Amino acid sequence: MHAAGWVQLAVFTVVLLAVTKPLGLYLMRVLDPAGQTFLEPVLKPVENLVYGCIGAEGTGEQDWKGYAGSALVFSLAGALFTYALLRLQQFLPLNPQHFGALSPDLSFNTASSFTTNTNWQNYGGESTMTYLSQMVALTSHNFFSAAMGISVAAALVRGIARQKTRLLGNFWVDLTRVSLYLLLPLSIIMAVFLMSQGVIQNFSHYVTAHIVEPYTGKTATGQKLISTQSIAMGPVASQEAIKELGTNGGGFMNANSAHPYENPTPLSNFVEMLSIFAIGSGLTYWLGRMVGNQKHGWSIWSAMLILFLAGTMICWWSESRGNPRLTSLGVSARQGNMEGKEARFGAFDSALFATVTTDTSCGAVNSMHDSFLPLGGLVPLFNMHTGCVVFGGVGAGLYGILIFVVLAIFLAGLMIGRTPEYLGKKLESYDVMAAVLAILLPSAVLLGFTALACVSTWGLAGLNNTGPHGLSEILYAFTSCINNNGSAFAGLSGNTLPYNTTLGLAMLVGRYFVIVPVLALAGSLASKKAVPVSSGSMPVAGATFILLIIGTVLIVGALTFFPVVSLGPIVEHFLMVHSTMLF
Amino acid sequence: MAGKEHSLFDRSILVPAIRDSFLKLNPVYLAKNPVIFVTLVGAIVTTVELIFAPLRGQAIGFPLQISLWLWFTVLFANFAEAMAEGRGKAQADTLRKARTLTTANLLQPNGTTKTVAAESLRKDDMVVVKAGEVIPADGDVTRGAASVDESAITGESAPVIRESGGDRSAVTGGTRVLSDEITIRVTANPGESFMDHMISLVEGAKRQKTPNEIALTILLASLTILFIIVVATLKPFGAYSHTLFSITVLAALLVCLIPTTIGGLLSAIGIAGIDRLVQHNVLAMSGRAVEAAGDVDVLLLDKTGTITLGNRQAVSFVPAPGVSVEELADAAQLASLADETPEGRSIVVLAKEFGIRERDLSGFEQAEFIAFTARTRMSGVNLDGRQYRKGAADAVCEFVGEDLPPEVVASVQDIAQKGATPLVVAKDRKIMGAIHLKDIVKGGLQDRFERFRAMGIRTVMITGDNRLTAEAIAREAGVDDFLSEARPEDKLALIRREQAVGHLVAMTGDGTNDAPALAQADVGVAMNTGTQAAKEAGNMVDLDSNPTKLIEVVEIGKQLLMTRGALTTFSVANDVSKFFAIIPAMLVSTFPVIAPLNVMRLGTPHSAILSAVIFNAVIIVALIPLALKGIKFRALGAAEILRRNLLIYGLGGLIIPFIGIKLIDMIIRAVGLA
Repeated sequence: MHAAGWVQLAVFTVVLLAVTKPLGLYLMRVLDPAGQTFLEPVLKPVENLVYGCIGAEGTGEQDWKGYAGSALVFSLAGALFTYALLRLQQFLPLNPQHFGALSPDLSFNTASSFTTNTNWQNYGGESTMTYLSQMVALTSHNFFSAAMGISVAAALVRGIARQKTRLLGNFWVDLTRVSLYLLLPLSIIMAVFLMSQGVIQNFSHYVTAHIVEPYTGKTATGQKLISTQSIAMGPVASQEAIKELGTNGGGFMNANSAHPYENPTPLSNFVEMLSIFAIGSGLTYWLGRMVGNQKHGWSIWSAMLILFLAGTMICWWSESRGNPRLTSLGVSARQGNMEGKEARFGAFDSALFATVTTDTSCGAVNSMHDSFLPLGGLVPLFNMHTGCVVFGGVGAGLYGILIFVVLAIFLAGLMIGRTPEYLGKKLESYDVMAAVLAILLPSAVLLGFTALACVSTWGLAGLNNTGPHGLSEILYAFTSCINNNGSAFAGLSGNTLPYNTTLGLAMLVGRYFVIVPVLALAGSLASKKAVPVSSGSMPVAGATFILLIIGTVLIVGALTFFPVVSLGPIVEHFLMVHSTMLF
Repeated sequence: MAGKEHSLFDRSILVPAIRDSFLKLNPVYLAKNPVIFVTLVGAIVTTVELIFAPLRGQAIGFPLQISLWLWFTVLFANFAEAMAEGRGKAQADTLRKARTLTTANLLQPNGTTKTVAAESLRKDDMVVVKAGEVIPADGDVTRGAASVDESAITGESAPVIRESGGDRSAVTGGTRVLSDEITIRVTANPGESFMDHMISLVEGAKRQKTPNEIALTILLASLTILFIIVVATLKPFGAYSHTLFSITVLAALLVCLIPTTIGGLLSAIGIAGIDRLVQHNVLAMSGRAVEAAGDVDVLLLDKTGTITLGNRQAVSFVPAPGVSVEELADAAQLASLADETPEGRSIVVLAKEFGIRERDLSGFEQAEFIAFTARTRMSGVNLDGRQYRKGAADAVCEFVGEDLPPEVVASVQDIAQKGATPLVVAKDRKIMGAIHLKDIVKGGLQDRFERFRAMGIRTVMITGDNRLTAEAIAREAGVDDFLSEARPEDKLALIRREQAVGHLVAMTGDGTNDAPALAQADVGVAMNTGTQAAKEAGNMVDLDSNPTKLIEVVEIGKQLLMTRGALTTFSVANDVSKFFAIIPAMLVSTFPVIAPLNVMRLGTPHSAILSAVIFNAVIIVALIPLALKGIKFRALGAAEILRRNLLIYGLGGLIIPFIGIKLIDMIIRAVGLA
């Protein structure tokens, strides 16, 4: 743990803080159907065109069922479209490498994955997907799934802020405005910036390069001297921008942000991490503005920041120490644990990136999480087990942490001598039911599928490792999918019929079995009358509240997974440190 | 009953409670409490395992102990509820003693009476009750007046007057008529009377879960389901890791993780809250009303009786120009000699301070006393050919037939502005000066209202006085707001206004014209001396008829909610330590390297698991006194209360079990149990 790391962490935190308020204020305009943005002259005609297609009656405010119905219909249509496109890609244009169709189960998995903002990839992009598939089927979801997350969060916050109404806003309007006024301009700026750093943006054939040191490698026909390498090309920058901004995480390249064409410089690495957090961070400010309690927004932000810093430090500490098994053989630990890491990034930037990408539901990676030391790898796992609520997936992080806020207030709020209330809204049976459903169902499916895979032949067949690390790999895969993260521990060959199916289902459960209860909660809160705030009201800001939220996230969110994690990373850690056993 | 509090270790409650703990093992009954029901299933499953253990050639020491402690966990939870119910029953039995009556004189349409069993009375029956008889049912006096001994329900030995018409017409079944004869219209069918409601509430038999209890039960049930999944999936995870987890150990882990502490104490806390109200001589119509009392943030307090003592007292004499204060005091005393009201007595007493000896009425045989009437608004005496009068300024002005001197007018206005009542004294046609009659604000109220303000509760004084007077008293008492010249309909309108902006309102009332407001208020405390209509409209009745009690009612409501929240937080926070006790113990045989995870350094895997299970069971019993008595109530702002309670019950809930489990582990290893 070196000074440069501390400085970068401090700079990262300060810059994150600096962008939060401007983004939050901009979100005020974007998420208000009548809000004015500087892009009005260019994009208003497009926005109106979309509304024209939907029809006037389609753009009126909706109650929670209408909102949820629209979101589900939109998702279903998007998933079917993607499925069809992937199945038919060999007949479609922009396919210079002549890739064939994807299998039905891989298509299902991928369609689920991109519709749900997960971007779990059971394929290598540059060796599977045509340019058309990448740009139309996948990148469009990168926009729309992100916009949908923000829309649902907006509906929930409106439910908290409004009184005695059934209306939460209009899904189509929110989706359109977020895509047009927020994601599109930010992505363009980001893509141009990335190109300036060296990220490629073209439709070229792959380039064949002659490598400096030819080597003997295995091919299908036996051993052969390999002297060339095929270098993938493509419209990377445009997809890279939204990959981070929309917390999608699906890389153009299999190596994701470890690939020099996706993440060429230290600056691009810094900005990519920042853009993963940016919108989620801005949403907390927007929350404060919407509910008329800016301290509440900042308290949520602070709780997130503390969880982020704690995770980063643990992961960095673990990765900077080096693997004791190797150091005992005389390997220098000066660089830390470098297995699976880009030499360009090293232990700190890999640990920071891993924490950022799993605090959110992004899932982009710049290192192999599978190669982290057990406790270092536990941090991404832990972040996802708590629901990716630290800044979080765009929108998803906000509604995720608000579910924890509701539970925390319900559990501890009685202690002030009133029935629990959140910002003046009484939390009753229905609200509690909605909040626990959003946590209970995904957790149940996560544990259930992981357990099933652990004792089935198909589950074990995909493993590279046995023992605790193998368990971690299966657990990581399902955790990543349920929480719509999409980062992979790798090491697990997931492109099989059972894995494609179970992981695909997990992603759908993790997305829609959360969104529907969240919107139900929004509808219930919106219909309530708010009790005026006084010194007798539940405090929703300040140190006590921040600690309460963190405690609830840790106890309710993480403790559930303590037993299985004990059998995975924790046992693995002790085996590594205290034994000579292989693991 | 009257405020009787039973000791926690009262044998008459303890013994039946132990018996009931076993009777409550009925699964149909336990199914209402998901957490304890799952514990029961765990106990049954481990018992079955225990039976099969010898057949498999396994030692039975460990599964026997686990099984026993799981049964104890269920029994302890039952015991907590039985204790609360037992204390409630003890209160109810005292109430019931008042109901051992037999007959009633039913008034027939032809005017004769017929003796019938009290239980056969129906609503709207008319009964006649004579001196010495017990009133057979709740009702309204329709004819006559009587002194009634209500000590059976209030514990107050002084008899009270009950008469037809007005606000003192309600009588309660079980009280005794001491003098005269009254005719009563029965207002409640048997089993529906106020006391019947109360008995069923404190007994807990028909207790309905309150909305917050239902919501909390949903949350606890969900946590239980979550932990069932966590424990069930451990079996396959174990299989993957080549570790076999026995059913006994998994059941032990499950019971330790599910929130048995709050699950076991939840209903006891609710019953105890109602019980505490009864100890304050307040009867609640539902548990919901007690919860609402905790949520109240506006208190409507009647000035008279709640904020002021109800009697005004003379505090100074302001003589007219050319009159000495002694002369004024002398005239005022004479005018008040026959005035037996507290105000009149206070004038006589004040006059003594000016050297005017109290005169004996018998010394004035020629005296003619003029009583106060609503028409003259004056009282006084004609003595030795002189007329002494005291009364409202305009009335006395009329009496003397000329305007008051400007100086007297000024002092009258001055007194009124201070929130007091000015009386003017005249001797024959001469204005002597003014008496300053002051409303006496009860002691300690300002402090109390200050604490309420800190808790975010606003106090509003309701009075019929004019604005000036009201404002001055409001300032002196320290209330936040006041409603002056209030008529009953103004009270109702005020409640509606407050509720429209989201406030929850509590009030007290006694008259029939208070009934709509009592019904509208979120917490309406009717005075027991009030009319039947008022009692039916409110959701609580104060047997002592003390309007100040509203403040205690709110505090009891808050304390109930705080206790529930504190024990919930404690219960959930406990889980952390149990994971650290049980998980290493479960894994250490397969993975000996995991030993450092056993942070408590518990002796053996068996002793670790057993210690966690024992702690989990014993903590329920240990917390019964807290559940029944309620956590310490402090009138502070919400942020401060949250900080304190989170520190005590949240952080305490994290740390205490680590210590407790470690201690139990040391003990059971010392005595050789594991």
